[in-house]
Amino acid sequence: MSADPNAARLVVPDPAIATAHMKISRAHWAVRQFGKANRVTVLKVAEAVARAAHVKAGHYADWAVRETGFGVVEHKKLKNELSTLPLLDYYRDLDLVSARILPDTKMVELAKPAGVIFALTPATNPIATLYYKAMLAILSRNAIVFSPHPAARECSLDAAKTLADAAESAGAPAGLIQCVEDPSVPLVQEIMASDKVAVIMATGGGAMVRAAYSSGNPAMGVGPGNAVAYVDPTAKVDATAKRLVDSKSFDNSVLCTNESVVLTLDANRGNMERALRSAGAHLCNASDTDKLRDYLFTDHGFNVAAVGKSATWIADKAGIRVSPSARILVPVITAPGQDDKLFQEKLCPVLTLASAVDFRQAMTIAAQILKRGGGHSAAFHGEAPDRLLQFADMLPVYRVVVNAPCSQGAAGFATHLPPSFMIGTGFAGRSSVGENVGPQHLVHWTRIAYNSDASVPFENFDLSALDSKQPNQPANLHVASRAPVAPNGLPDSDRDMLRQLILEELRGLTGGQK
Amino acid sequence: MFNYGFFSFESKDDLLQRAAEYWNPGKVQFWSDAGTPMVIDRREEYFLHDMSGKRLIDLHLNGGTYNFGHRNPELVATLKSGLDYFDMGNHWFPSVARAAFAEQLIKTAPHMQYAIFGAGGAEAVEIALKTARYVTKRKKIVSIIKGYHGHSGLSVATGDERFSKIFLADRPEEFLNVPFNDPDALEQVLKKGDVAAFIIETIPATYGFPMPDDDYLRECHRICRKYGTLLISDEVQTGLMRTGVMWGWQGYGIQPDIMVCGKGLGGGIYPISACLVTKECGGWLTEDGAAHISTAGGAELGCLVGHKVIEMLHRPEIISNVHFVTDFFAAGMQEMMARHSDIFVGVRQRGVVLGLEFDHPEGAVAVSRALYENGVWAIFSSLDKRVLQFKPGVMLTVDVCQEIMDRFDTAMPRARQLLKTMRTAA
Ligand SMILES: Cc1ncc(COP(=O)(O)O)c(C=O)c1O
Repeated sequence: MSADPNAARLVVPDPAIATAHMKISRAHWAVRQFGKANRVTVLKVAEAVARAAHVKAGHYADWAVRETGFGVVEHKKLKNELSTLPLLDYYRDLDLVSARILPDTKMVELAKPAGVIFALTPATNPIATLYYKAMLAILSRNAIVFSPHPAARECSLDAAKTLADAAESAGAPAGLIQCVEDPSVPLVQEIMASDKVAVIMATGGGAMVRAAYSSGNPAMGVGPGNAVAYVDPTAKVDATAKRLVDSKSFDNSVLCTNESVVLTLDANRGNMERALRSAGAHLCNASDTDKLRDYLFTDHGFNVAAVGKSATWIADKAGIRVSPSARILVPVITAPGQDDKLFQEKLCPVLTLASAVDFRQAMTIAAQILKRGGGHSAAFHGEAPDRLLQFADMLPVYRVVVNAPCSQGAAGFATHLPPSFMIGTGFAGRSSVGENVGPQHLVHWTRIAYNSDASVPFENFDLSALDSKQPNQPANLHVASRAPVAPNGLPDSDRDMLRQLILEELRGLTGGQK
Repeated sequence: MFNYGFFSFESKDDLLQRAAEYWNPGKVQFWSDAGTPMVIDRREEYFLHDMSGKRLIDLHLNGGTYNFGHRNPELVATLKSGLDYFDMGNHWFPSVARAAFAEQLIKTAPHMQYAIFGAGGAEAVEIALKTARYVTKRKKIVSIIKGYHGHSGLSVATGDERFSKIFLADRPEEFLNVPFNDPDALEQVLKKGDVAAFIIETIPATYGFPMPDDDYLRECHRICRKYGTLLISDEVQTGLMRTGVMWGWQGYGIQPDIMVCGKGLGGGIYPISACLVTKECGGWLTEDGAAHISTAGGAELGCLVGHKVIEMLHRPEIISNVHFVTDFFAAGMQEMMARHSDIFVGVRQRGVVLGLEFDHPEGAVAVSRALYENGVWAIFSSLDKRVLQFKPGVMLTVDVCQEIMDRFDTAMPRARQLLKTMRTAA
């Protein structure tokens, strides 16, 4: 007897996975066409998508915060916007479409898009990540199928549709940008392992990223961050403190590039405390620090309720009295070296302050902290190039942001790093990419390489010959009138080759009887 | 040894011999003579595996029965789930699966009122013709020359006499034929006002999918109305998104009084067919609901599968895929025709329904064989052997489509050779 008289009497097979497979198939159709699009078309589609995304940046920022409870609307709006037109501007001149002739090295390079990208997007940055990955896919002539974090499902679905519509109106094929309707762990696992997926772009929890790498498909995953900011005695403390507070309060600190710990020297700590306080931070005393630690770290790890919440909200929950204008909370660890939980990643506006006796010890502590969050980011504040070089050389990170807010800086928004919502954590972070992921990571090149011996001549290439190979463009429907018909109807040589291959395969199948 | 657990065969030859002995010697002989002696062993997606181990891409699909491919996992899961709760059901009583499926079908054709179920296409045609006679109190039925509606009593009488005469089932006084695409001829026979129904496949399949002229079906419907004759659309091969819309007639601007569907409705795993009628035509269902009875008609398991089939066909991904496949073969076949213009002379296409014309009275027989040898199974049109029926499924992927075109191209020289032999033999 079923307890619920209204429960379904039959087991209904979940259509979500079958539908997701169909989306991948559809993406293949789309990329068959778009993968051969010329540069004008690519830029036209990119422009249209960027504009449509930009117009709705605020709308989706609002929606994402409403749906997930993470972050700050105005900051999300800014991040969303940055992933549209500015991103396009950054990559506008990077031609990942046209063939390149390199006479000096006697090579020709032909761009080959990956094909179909399966992209995971996180609940903390649902729209910015979706925008960003869609733009990368377009610029590299790939199709993309999103699987959003279930907590951000609605806004992600809607945003993907907005982008897809814009792409289609600009002449892209249907199915270039899609989003699975009912994301679930089994669905993601099955699609990640599909041989129809060319590459996985995974942003999300560590487990998901590992799963992407274990799927058997090429994957680009980025691990978690736990950025350390070192404040050298040469730093201008007030400016530094302001940057730290701005960075840490940005979108309630849900970016993985947010500073987690600020380190300075003992002699400088008092200065830093004062400067941070005047920049809007609440400096915790020993009892505040304990309360905060207890609230943020449960037996099961970081308390997810705190993710992306404001400083005052967290203070209230942790039982700390703070001024209503407090922008971040700063617990202070006076005796570093032990495994204090407050040295772990905290996706909320809580910035741990610690100090070391000297630079050498500071580096040791930083390296210790970065055992979690390896390969990610660190920041250096000050004007001491020698120490900066040592710092960068010794730490297992692939970007060191200098005299800038790390949240934005590491993601390329206050530095000249490429703008990105996929911060490659490289080998140190168990990832295949160590730089900020861009569209160039989604294209491989076929290289025609001539004999280097000077006696073998390099030839002239007419690249326009490539254009006629575009499949199924509407104009191609009239191929009959264009294609030269051999008088006896016999096929040309590459068809012969193909036929040969098929015949060989058939012979294999029939055990040589054919 | 082919051990199937329940039965076993020594070899493919053993099977062929026993099939000829106990089942149908004529068919066994025919396919062997045709050079396409297929005995399907395993099957999945759009692939068939002959007992010899040879793999074939299925472009026959039994007329759309395998629209979603063979043993589509979602449909199989649906049927399995159904088996934990339902069986065929009792055809005398109202049933949840039948009511739900009927309602869902009517939603796809809202001018209809009732769905009456059968187990096969011919049975649904039978119901359609009986319904027309009931409504009009007239006996005569008109169909087109080379039309095809099945092999049961009334349905076979509408078709080519090859299938009726042998069983003395032709009834020339009641069943009249008119040429396709000739509305005037239709008007001539309807004029007397004694014809119950004009039944027509929206695109005549067994005739090789000749396309109706632009206004032909609309004109037919107008003429039917004028003389009180009912229009029956046979959607057994053109329904279920195969022409790019759910029902073929939706693309031709008509609303038939009665329509028939079958084949793919059961997803290739449980036989079911349906005849949909308008409220005006469905009077007998009130007067005597048991006037037509069929034990296997509308079996609940079939209704459950059919319900899933219709739901799947509404998915945007499927609809989009149909359009991609359609465009792919439109462009691809033009290219093939240009490359093999000496033998391949025409393409008829609407959606994923294609008829390929070859320049020989039995051209499609040769091409079917050449394709078979090259790993593609597509059947010639029984009533016009110049034309190859080429029926891609709605879920075909770009890779398989490309493979089909490549194999097609590879098969053409062999087809050319076979045709040459046929020409010299003639
Ligand atoms: C158009 C059409 N109508 C009716 C039928 C008869 O269907 P069944 O074989 O299921 O009786 C067929 C079968 O091929 C058909 O193609």
